[in-house]
Amino acid sequence: MIAVLYARTRRFVDRLLTRPRLDLPLVGALAAVAAIGLVTLYSAGDLDPGLVLNQGARFVLGGALLVLISRIPPSTLRTWTPWLYAISVLLLVVVAVMGEGRGAYRWLDLKVVRFQPSELLKLTMPMMVAWYLHPRPLPPSWKHMAAVGALIAVPAGLIAEQPDLGTALLVAASGAFALFLSGLSWWRIGALLGAVAGAAPVAWHFMHEYQRNRVRMFLDPEADPLGNGWHIIQSKIAVGSGGILGKGFHHGTQSRLEFLPEHTTDFVFAVFSEEFGLIGVCVLLALYAFVIGRSLWIAMNARDTYSRLLAGAIAMSFFVYVIVNGGMITGLLPVVGVPLPLISYGGTSAVSLLTGFGVLMSIHAHRKLIET
Amino acid sequence: MRPRRRQRTAIKDARGEAALFRRRALTGFALILIGLLVLAGRFVWLQVLHHDEFSTRSEQNRVHVVHLPPARGLIYDRNGVLLADNVPAFRLEVVPDRVKDMDAMLARLGALVPLSDDDVKRFRQQLRQHRAFQSVPLKLRLTEDEIGRFAVNQWRFPGASVVPYLTRRYPQGEGFAHVLGYVARIDDNDLDRLDADRYVGTTHIGKNGIERQYEDILHGEPGYQLVEVNADQRVQRVLETVPPKPGRNLYLSLDARLQRAAEQAFAGRAGAAVAIDPRNGEVLAMASVPSFDPNLFVNGIAQADYTALLEAPDRPLLDRALRGHYPPGSTIKPFLGLAGLEYGLRRPEDTVLSTGEFFIPGQSRGYRDDIRGGQGRVDLVQAIAQSVNTYFYSLALDMGIDRMAAFMGKFGFGRPTGVDLPGEGSGVLPSSAWKRGALGKPWYLGETVIAGIGQGYWVITPLQLGHAVAMLANRGVDRTPHLLRATQNGLGAPLVPVPPPPAAPGALRNPADWAPVEQGMLEAVNGDRGTARGIAAGFPYLIAGKTGTAERYSRTTDAYESRVSDAELAARHRALFICFTPAEAPRIAVAVVLEAGAWGGKDAAPIARRILDAWAAEQAAPVVAAAGDGR
Repeated sequence: MIAVLYARTRRFVDRLLTRPRLDLPLVGALAAVAAIGLVTLYSAGDLDPGLVLNQGARFVLGGALLVLISRIPPSTLRTWTPWLYAISVLLLVVVAVMGEGRGAYRWLDLKVVRFQPSELLKLTMPMMVAWYLHPRPLPPSWKHMAAVGALIAVPAGLIAEQPDLGTALLVAASGAFALFLSGLSWWRIGALLGAVAGAAPVAWHFMHEYQRNRVRMFLDPEADPLGNGWHIIQSKIAVGSGGILGKGFHHGTQSRLEFLPEHTTDFVFAVFSEEFGLIGVCVLLALYAFVIGRSLWIAMNARDTYSRLLAGAIAMSFFVYVIVNGGMITGLLPVVGVPLPLISYGGTSAVSLLTGFGVLMSIHAHRKLIET
Repeated sequence: MRPRRRQRTAIKDARGEAALFRRRALTGFALILIGLLVLAGRFVWLQVLHHDEFSTRSEQNRVHVVHLPPARGLIYDRNGVLLADNVPAFRLEVVPDRVKDMDAMLARLGALVPLSDDDVKRFRQQLRQHRAFQSVPLKLRLTEDEIGRFAVNQWRFPGASVVPYLTRRYPQGEGFAHVLGYVARIDDNDLDRLDADRYVGTTHIGKNGIERQYEDILHGEPGYQLVEVNADQRVQRVLETVPPKPGRNLYLSLDARLQRAAEQAFAGRAGAAVAIDPRNGEVLAMASVPSFDPNLFVNGIAQADYTALLEAPDRPLLDRALRGHYPPGSTIKPFLGLAGLEYGLRRPEDTVLSTGEFFIPGQSRGYRDDIRGGQGRVDLVQAIAQSVNTYFYSLALDMGIDRMAAFMGKFGFGRPTGVDLPGEGSGVLPSSAWKRGALGKPWYLGETVIAGIGQGYWVITPLQLGHAVAMLANRGVDRTPHLLRATQNGLGAPLVPVPPPPAAPGALRNPADWAPVEQGMLEAVNGDRGTARGIAAGFPYLIAGKTGTAERYSRTTDAYESRVSDAELAARHRALFICFTPAEAPRIAVAVVLEAGAWGGKDAAPIARRILDAWAAEQAAPVVAAAGDGR
């Protein structure tokens, strides 16, 4: 019995080493970002090992999911796609009807685990768009473009209604990227953007007061230096005072003296910039750029339309996290609750990101055998 | 045909699609790189070009914001007697961010300052609702002992501190608990509806009664302080203070003396009394007995105390005046008498023979009078004065239930009065439409008969009854009962009167119809055969009233039981009394409901008399209290 088990494990390990399903450069880059994340957390959490261990455990869980999902062929994922999408939208509706949370209804309490169904959409949304476009002729016609628009708008609207603007934005973007990559003609993209811009005043009308405040504050943060603007000003001071070389590990004063809010979660990038300076920032941004570039390369070598669009959308969504969080802490973009990927403290985000990269790895493992 | 063509196209374009994707992916990557470069550029702008500026600001960054919650407005009665104020107290707060191991800290702290399970539970609940850097209250109302012990050991508990605050106090205790309500810690439900910016630093919110109804006025606007701190977070200097704006003080129409008299008159027996000034709808007293001490709730009631209040058989938490549901009994007879005149079914001089039993033509069930053998031949005045059931049985039968409901509805029965208190009960005004809607059953004639004496499906709240009596006293002019009389922007400031709700004239077709009904109510109190005779003895004004004795359970037998003790009757009856005085120009209307009383005239009327005595004493010697200086 044990011998059989050993032999199987041995064979599995051998295969893993000789024919790696994982794209090692990408895994290496992700591991490097995660390591930077743990170091930053250790400092931002005031040298609390519990925080680092917690986050480490999530990385292990996420890594295990990554390996597991990488063994599922994309064709199987594709057949599951409509169901996965339907289930996640259904869960969103359930949460809207009976969810619990502090003013914001986004959590589903399954007694064992509490999670946000909106998190599922970050993956099932690009899967669904890719699934829809897969058998259709590309670039998509007006009709298909409208259908995809509906597939995106319904869940995004439900999430924005929760209200969770940040996640709604990420989910909508992941679907939109798949559409973009499908080769939608430029003037149609222009028309789409025009429509979105035209819808902005309507959206403003339906926004919650705190969301409007965030937009107002974004336009002029210094006008309200005590309320919402306080975060942005303190964050900019943290970044700016870091300089080129940074103040050094655990020497940032902004978070130490508690001027920075949420300095282990949404504003962890500010702590990183303060302590590791412009050089650290450039290294981190380069790592992110590499992760995105490598993922797009995997997408280009994918076997079919579904895999291509899905991989490309995952890669580009990753960029949205980076730019929205980076833009927020430097005062370029409004304060929207989007974490810095693999650095911010928090379970759901780390696990769902690594799950996405699991899909990428699966696509990589089932790539075209002959380069064209 | 079309799908096949599409299929072919798709296959044919596979290579082209791959190339298209490649172009798009490269374009996308180029855009992403531009985005990342812009972001990097922003970092260069902040970290290189403006490094010196931010560096200086970082070094000088010693300024913290301290939120200053506003003081809650005070509440006074109409004469300036203090009903709710704020007293200084101390509480223990914890900043979660600065605590490494919360469980261990709480355990150590608990050894020093006793923490109840409720405290810890509530604290943990609030932890989840606050940001990590926000201070969360752990224990309210510390004793001096606890403050001392903690102060000596404070260095062992980074993140924990003793903070002064103002806590609500209700000096009148039980007497005003229901009508005033109370404040308590903000919970999940409150968070959903309140404006977070206005409640920074505020821990309490009105949960009930006036405290909840006028939360907006009482709360005020928060202020803040910019303070300079050193590296240990100790405040060095106050840079700027924007003081909070305290909430406005409220002056209620309630009269503490009347309220006290009402409460004492019940002597602990369950019931409710409402006194209204019919001239303007001001509620003078609104008592519900038994009551509870609202001060218990302010700083978090212990679970055991709360369970005891919830499970007490006489339900002290129920506001009987506002939400208690009772059959009105014979107190509706004056209104029904008016309806008979209004519909032209009776003239005042028409008489009915009371034989002790009334039968619907063709039916065998008997409906009883109060006295075996009946009260003889009576007109409207005597029917009201002696509360003769037969008169109203036959009147109700002639009128029909729906006409009765339409007329009674004019006096506000069957719907909330619209008083300025949350959660008012609406009672039940029976009609065939109501029964079909609520019970899905048709209306029976026998039900009309017992509705004529305020039994059956009839349900009123004491406030509703008080409102109806005030309307009666005022000859039909409808003034919504209300409690808020004036507000005040800080002690000593002039009172700003709150305009009373507009009056809706309620017209009878023939104004002469009021006289016989009023005469009946006068006779009930002052006549030889009145059901409330004797209760006006020695009272300086003329009282008009009507008794009511309602049965809680339907009888199983129609037989008279003459030798039943009052105690046994009290277990079966609810005693009611309504009245107004001075009869010629009414200035106060009272409704009393006693949950367990043998007879309205014997048990409920004396309670009303005690309230009227307190009122009359005040008319003779008005309370002199300078407005704005309640103490």
